[in-house]
Amino acid sequence: MKILVCVKQIPDMASKFKPNAANNWFTETDLAFRINEYDEYAVEEAIKLKELQGAEPSDLVVLSIGPGRVVEAIKKALAMGCDRGVHIQDDESYKSDPWQTASLIAAYAKKENFDIIFTGMQSQDRGSAQVGVTLADALGYSCTTTVVNFSFEAGIITARRELEGGAKGVVKLKMPAVITCQLGLNTPRYPTLPNIMKARKKEITVLKAADLAPEAARAVTEKFYHPVKKGGGLVLEGEPAELAGKVLEILKEKTTVLRG
Amino acid sequence: MKSLLVFEYRRGKLTEANLELFSFAAALGAETAGFLVGRESLLPAFSGKLYLADIALCKDYNPELHAGLILQAAQKENADNIVFIHSSYGWDLAPRVAAKLKAAQISEITGIIEGKFETGCCNGKMRRLVQPTTPKAVLTIQEGAFTFTGKAEGIPVVEKTEATAPAPGLEFAGYEEPEKREVDLSKAEVIVSAGRGIGKKDNVPAIAELAKALNGELGASRPVVDAGWVEHNRQVGATGQIVSPKLYVACGISGAIQHLTGMRNSEFVVAVNKDKEAPISEVADIMVIADVMPFVAALTGKIKQ
Repeated sequence: MKILVCVKQIPDMASKFKPNAANNWFTETDLAFRINEYDEYAVEEAIKLKELQGAEPSDLVVLSIGPGRVVEAIKKALAMGCDRGVHIQDDESYKSDPWQTASLIAAYAKKENFDIIFTGMQSQDRGSAQVGVTLADALGYSCTTTVVNFSFEAGIITARRELEGGAKGVVKLKMPAVITCQLGLNTPRYPTLPNIMKARKKEITVLKAADLAPEAARAVTEKFYHPVKKGGGLVLEGEPAELAGKVLEILKEKTTVLRG
Repeated sequence: MKSLLVFEYRRGKLTEANLELFSFAAALGAETAGFLVGRESLLPAFSGKLYLADIALCKDYNPELHAGLILQAAQKENADNIVFIHSSYGWDLAPRVAAKLKAAQISEITGIIEGKFETGCCNGKMRRLVQPTTPKAVLTIQEGAFTFTGKAEGIPVVEKTEATAPAPGLEFAGYEEPEKREVDLSKAEVIVSAGRGIGKKDNVPAIAELAKALNGELGASRPVVDAGWVEHNRQVGATGQIVSPKLYVACGISGAIQHLTGMRNSEFVVAVNKDKEAPISEVADIMVIADVMPFVAALTGKIKQ
């Protein structure tokens, strides 16, 4: 079985974000990068599926698009258990719309004939929730999204989609298929030291985005900014004991929950 | 300008969220037509054309089939844009429609500014203003961002669409009910919720103790439930419980939209977070910038005095 998992490297979401010079995304200065959380679940599910193949031949590729730093994300996925990496080198990938991103992956993946492709359901930084589905469309694969439970038996995928209110929709798919992963799908493993050492020998193929016939953008970011504060709640800073006292006074004054 | 509004059933019912499509179209100044995979006995109230596909034939979920029918309706109407709710139905379907239409898709729109679309990013901490470069566009709108204040009325003019057999390769096998809720947070007057910012599972009892001191219930954000720190029946959010207590205390919760959806109707919100820019600040009446656990311990101590 041939499996592809796509990962994006994103900044820590607790970071302070500042607009870049072009005012169309954040500046990368002072940001620490990691694998998009949704994609970690995708990597884990891909590895579990590979392990399920036992002695059957299998090939699990991890792909990431971006500048040199994204190799770290690929290495982590290799240390978790992917077989080989593909880095689509693109220093300006932050400008790409989801259609362009999906098209680049499709340009690579169409020659590889993957049976299953896993992606996160969205990235934490852009959050468009489009790339996986758009990729499936470009490859002519079936696709379902927001998956919180995945199983594979006798050539049929059974996926449970998370719906509003906590119910799940059960979907059966034939391969080839794209599955987009929701948080909580599994418990992503930590790479062990021996596996980190082993991963150093795994192959990472570098492709240039420009060689994959990139598509023109269908949407462009004109401005990147902090949200306008609505309401304007009270901001309190200080020592815990002093803050607790202030909050308690306000609660007594503004709410009824401490009366009676 | 004309918008094709894609209504949705959730488990066979029309939800309030559908009304936000009207608010959005009004904000755009667009004429509207609608599309629904549903039943003739349960239609959204509005005066206009509604393309109706039979849900018994098309199934609740068969995105390739639904996308094809939406495209037909959009072509008949010569719609400039196709609008979905950014929901498990909409975000799954919209990219398929956009791909076939070779059109831009802009996801989870929170506002319209000078005809351009505002959308959240960086976990809700930042915004982008986005403009399609294609003549037509597919749009999904954030639930709760375009509150409907008018009165929904009228009877749509139904045009039934020819439903072909569901596309092969994917089959909808039905629903699984959410697990039984032993805890009904929707009736709680006070909820104190734990988020990832509490640091570790061992800190959950201290949050529960604050809840108890306030005669309230313990709640939790999604990551805390996914990590197994708190059971799912205490999860607050779009996929957990929707709550509206008199007091909501968010401890170490950054405020992802899925969480805000679940608690934004709380009467009074206290948020405790180290990050001043955390999106929970958008809904907080008091934003306490502090290390969560020492503050929680101090507050619990003072209430008990």
